[in-house]
Amino acid sequence: MGHQQSMRVWRGDASGGDFRSYSVPVEEGEVVLDAIHRLQAEQAPDLAVRWNCKAGKCGSCSAEINGKPALMCMTRLSTFEPTETVTVTPMRAFPVIRDLVTDVTFNYEKAREVPAFAPPHSNADGSFRMQQVDVERGQEFRKCIECFLCQNTCHVIRDHEENKPAFAGPRFFIRYAELDMHPLDTLDRRRMAQEDEGLGYCNITKCCSEVCPEGIHITDNGIIPLKERVVDTKYDPVFISLGIGRRKQRRLVGPGGGSGPSPIKRPGQGQSSLRSAASAGPASGATATPTFAPAPPRAPTAVDKVASTASSAASKVGTAANAESMKTAMPAIGAAVGVGFLAWAIRKTRKK
Amino acid sequence: MTDFESHDYDVVVVGAGGSGLRAAIAAHEAGARTAIVCKSLLGKAHTVMAEGGIAAAMGNVWPEDNWQVHFRDTMRGGKMLNNWRMAQLHAQEAPSRVWELEEWGALFDRTKEGKISQRDFGGHRYARLAHVGDRTGLEMIRTLQQRAVDLGIDVFMECTITRLLGESGSGGRGDRVSGAFAYWRETGSFITFRAPAIILATGGIGRSFTVTSNSWEYSGDGHAMALWAGASLLNMEFVQFHPTGMVWPPSVKGLLITESVRGEGGVLRNSDGKRFMFDYIPEFFKAETADNEAEADAWYDDHKNNRRPPELLPRDEVARAINSEIKAGRGSPHGGVFLDIATRRSAEDIKRRLPSMYHQFKELGDVDITKDPMEVAPTCHYVMGGIEVDADTEAATVSGLYAVGEVSGGMHGSNRLGGNSLSDLLVFGKRAGESAAGYVAALPSRPAVAAADVQAAADEALAPFANPGAENPYAVMKDLQEHMQSLVGIIRKGDELEIALKEIERLKERARNVSVKGSGRSYNPGWHTALDLRAMLTVSECIARAALTRTESRGGHTRDDYPATDPEWGKVNLVITERRGVLQVDRKPLPQMPDDLKALFEETH
Ligand SMILES: Cc1cc2nc3c(=O)[nH]c(=O)nc-3n(C[C@H](O)[C@H](O)[C@H](O)COP(=O)(O)OP(=O)(O)OC[C@H]3O[C@@H](n4cnc5c(N)ncnc54)[C@H](O)[C@@H]3O)c2cc1C
Ligand code: SF4
Ligand code: SF4
Ligand code: FES
Repeated sequence: MGHQQSMRVWRGDASGGDFRSYSVPVEEGEVVLDAIHRLQAEQAPDLAVRWNCKAGKCGSCSAEINGKPALMCMTRLSTFEPTETVTVTPMRAFPVIRDLVTDVTFNYEKAREVPAFAPPHSNADGSFRMQQVDVERGQEFRKCIECFLCQNTCHVIRDHEENKPAFAGPRFFIRYAELDMHPLDTLDRRRMAQEDEGLGYCNITKCCSEVCPEGIHITDNGIIPLKERVVDTKYDPVFISLGIGRRKQRRLVGPGGGSGPSPIKRPGQGQSSLRSAASAGPASGATATPTFAPAPPRAPTAVDKVASTASSAASKVGTAANAESMKTAMPAIGAAVGVGFLAWAIRKTRKK
Repeated sequence: MTDFESHDYDVVVVGAGGSGLRAAIAAHEAGARTAIVCKSLLGKAHTVMAEGGIAAAMGNVWPEDNWQVHFRDTMRGGKMLNNWRMAQLHAQEAPSRVWELEEWGALFDRTKEGKISQRDFGGHRYARLAHVGDRTGLEMIRTLQQRAVDLGIDVFMECTITRLLGESGSGGRGDRVSGAFAYWRETGSFITFRAPAIILATGGIGRSFTVTSNSWEYSGDGHAMALWAGASLLNMEFVQFHPTGMVWPPSVKGLLITESVRGEGGVLRNSDGKRFMFDYIPEFFKAETADNEAEADAWYDDHKNNRRPPELLPRDEVARAINSEIKAGRGSPHGGVFLDIATRRSAEDIKRRLPSMYHQFKELGDVDITKDPMEVAPTCHYVMGGIEVDADTEAATVSGLYAVGEVSGGMHGSNRLGGNSLSDLLVFGKRAGESAAGYVAALPSRPAVAAADVQAAADEALAPFANPGAENPYAVMKDLQEHMQSLVGIIRKGDELEIALKEIERLKERARNVSVKGSGRSYNPGWHTALDLRAMLTVSECIARAALTRTESRGGHTRDDYPATDPEWGKVNLVITERRGVLQVDRKPLPQMPDDLKALFEETH
C-alpha cells in the first residue's frame, strides 16, 4: 500500500536557505512527521525538526504544510494525492534556527507577562469548591498545547515584527480569558489584556481559531467575550470612582511579571567571564539565607488587583527590551512560503 | 580549553517534567538559586502526554478511601517489592500535592459537591484519580510550568546534559558531584553548570524499544549518567508494558490508549467476542476480582457489593493476558485484541469523558470509537527500575546527587499502578527540591568542578564529528530497539537474554564508529542521536543483565523459563553499579516494613 512520496522541505538557517526536493517511501496511514523521520534516518541525518509525542498532545511539531499551518504528526499523508508534492516549511512568524525549527522564545516571554492565578485563600485542606459548569469554560482554553500555530497565523504579527512588543497574541488572550473566567481568581485582568497585551489590535478575523489543532474557539469563546468585558470595564462606574483611569506603573506579580532579566535562558547569555570554580569557596547558600536575588513574590491582595489594572504605556518598557533580544523574522524563507500560505488563506476564506 | 559558557547555581534540576518542575519550585522556595535544564521546550516533557489522572486518596468520591488503602493497593500492585517507606509517604502526601496544584490554577473535573472528581483505574480499590478529561498530564505540567515561570526560576530549554561533573576528575565517582556538562541544541555550543546539588528528573528509557508509548527523550540519560557517576540503579529488570497500545496503522503502533477507557467501562474481547480476562485472574487477586460479567458490570455503580472487573487488574496481568490471547491465535486482524467501549457507553459519554482518545483514533486510525472497537496490544510504557534513593530525601548514593520521578527506583516495586506516577512526581519532587536545597545550605565548602571532567565531557561530545567510521547513528539505534523488543520484551527467556547481551556488546562497538554527517553542530539531530546512543546502550544492558539474573516472574518481569513468583526473590532488590564500563549486579535485602504497616495486609478484602 506504500508509495514514493515526493517532498519539498525548506532547509537552511538564519543566514538563508532554500527548498530541497526528496522522494521518500511511505506506508499506509503515515503522517507528514513519519516521512520527515524517514528522511532523517535515510537521506538527511541533520534535518532539524522538533517533535515529542507524535500524537498531537505536546505541540512541538508545528510547521506549514503546503502553506497551511499544522502539526506534522497530525497531518495524514492520505489527505494529499499520492502524486502531489508535499511542501514543508517552518513557521513563518518566528525566526528560523535551522530547517523546520524556529525560535519561539517570543511566546515564552509573553507567557511571563501574564500574572499568575491569584486565589482568595490557600487550598491546603482541599477546601476549594467549584462547579463543573463553571470550570468547563476555562478548561476549554487549558486544552491549549502551546503549538503556537495561532500565533504564527495571526496577521497582526505574522509579517509585522514591529507589532510583537505590544501584542501577546491569541494564545495569550485565551490565557487571560481563562483566568478571567476562573471561578476563584481575584485579579482583574481586563485592562491588562487590553492595554498591556494589545487585545485592541485584534480585529476578530478568526484565522487563529481556524488553525488550532485542539479546536479551541479562540475568537468566539475567548477573545470576543474578553473584548466585551473590557468594554464593560471602561464604563464601569466602580472602576472610574476607584481612579483606575490614572496611569500607573504596572505592578509586578512575581519576579517574572514580564520585566527584568528573563529567566528563559538562550545560548551564549551566560557569564562570559569565567569565575574560577575553585574560588567559589563556601557556598553562598552555606547559611540559611536565601541566595536567590529577587524578593519572593507577595501574595496578591485585593489592592493589587485594582492597582494592576491601572497600567500605562510606560509599562511597555520591559516588553520592548525583550523585543530587542528577539531576532527579526526570517525573510529568508522567501516568497514561496508566503504564496503557499496566501493560497491556503484564500481557499479558507472562500469556504466561509 | 574549558572556557565554555558557565553558570553557578545551588541546585540544577535536570528535567522539566512534573517531577523536575515540582523539585525546582521546592528548591527555589527553600531559598536555593535554582535552574531547570531540559532537552525539549518547556512544557513538552513526557508528563504532558499523561492522560488518565493523578492517584490521591482524597476520598471525594468514596469517603472510605484513605492513605492506608492507597498504600496497600500500591504495594500489592508492585507485588510487595516496593520500598515501603516511599509507598507510605506517597500515599500520605499525594492529596496535599493535588490540592496545591489547584491553588496554582489547575482546573480539575468536579464532583457534584464541587470537589475534585476521581475516577477508577486498574489496581486501585476506590475511584481515586484526579483528572481533567483524558489530558491530566497537560493540566499538571502547564500548572507547574506557569508556577515556575511566575517564580522566575531560570530555565535552560533545548539544552542537553551529557555528563555529571565531579571534584577530582572522576566524574563524581568516589566524591561529591560538582556540576553538569551540557550542549545547547540550537548552537551545539557547550555549557558547564557549577552546582553542588544536581536533581535528576529525566524520566524513562522507553526509546530503547520499537513498540513504545515513549518519545525520543526517553533515552535513559539520567539512569546512565548516575551510573557513570558512581551511583547505583535498582531493579532495572522491571519494565512496564502497558496493555493497551495502538496497533494500526503501523505509524502509530505503540501509541498509548489510556487505561481510563477501561476505567470508564471499556472491556477487552478476543476474536470470538469473548471477554477473556475472566480466564486470567491470578490467585493473588481472586478475592477482590469479579468472576462473572454481571458482577463486573454492576461494580461500576456499586463498588461495595460487587468485586472489580478483571479488565482492571494491574497492568502486568492484563498485558500478559492480551499477549497470550494473541499468541493463541485469537487476536484481531492487525495482531491485537479488541477494546470495546462503543457497545458499553453512549457516544456522548465517550466523547465527553475520553475526548483525546476519540480524537486520536479518528485522526490517526480512521476509527470512530463510539461505533467500533479499538485494536490494542501491549506497548513499552514505563520503567519501574531506577536510581537507588533514600526514601525521605531522594538522595542517591553519590553526595549531592538526587533523583526523582520515573528516573528514580523503588517506589513502584515490580509494577506501577496507573495514576501513581503523576502523584509520585509531585510528592517526591517537593521532597527532593527541599532536601537538595538543605544539603547545599549545610555544605561547609562548595565542591569545585574538576577541569579534567569538563574536558573529558567536551571531547566525548565532539568525538562523533572526528570519527572516520561509517556507522549511521539512526541505524545503530534501530537495531538496538529491535533486539530489545524481541529479546528483552514482555516475555523473556534466559538464552534470549544472553543473546541480547552479546548483541548489545556488538552494538557498543558499532556505536564507537558512529560518525555525524551534515552541517555542523547547530540543531543537528544526527549528532544528538549519536550522543543519545551511549545512554541507551547502557540502560539496555542494565535491563538485560538484571532480567537474566532474576530467575522468577514478578510484575513487569516475566521469565518464560521461570514462570512462578518465587518468595525468596521477593526478599531482594537487584542493585547495579558500574566500574570502567563493567556492570556489577548485586542482591540487596529489601528494607523491612514496620509491623503496623504489615498489619494492613492481614485484613481480608
Ligand atoms: C502516553 C502516556 C500516558 C501516561 N499516563 C499517565 C497517567 O495517566 N497517570 C500517571 O500517573 N502516569 C502516566 N504516565 C506516566 C507518566 O506520565 C510519566 O512517568 C511521568 O510523566 C514522568 O515524569 P518525569 O517528571 O519523571 O519525567 P518527564 O515528564 O518525562 O520529563 C523528563 C524531563 O527530563 C528532560 N531530560 C531528559 N534527559 C535530559 C538530559 N540529558 N538533559 C536535560 N534534560 C533531560 C526532558 O527534556 C524532560 O523535560 C503516562 C506516560 C505516557 C507516556
Ligand atoms: S482573531 Fe484576532 S488574534 Fe485571531 S488571528 Fe485574527 S486578529 Fe489575530
Ligand atoms: S490556542 Fe490552539 S493553536 Fe494556539 S497555541 Fe494553543 S493549541 Fe496551539
Ligand atoms: S509531536 Fe507532539 S504534537 Fe506533534
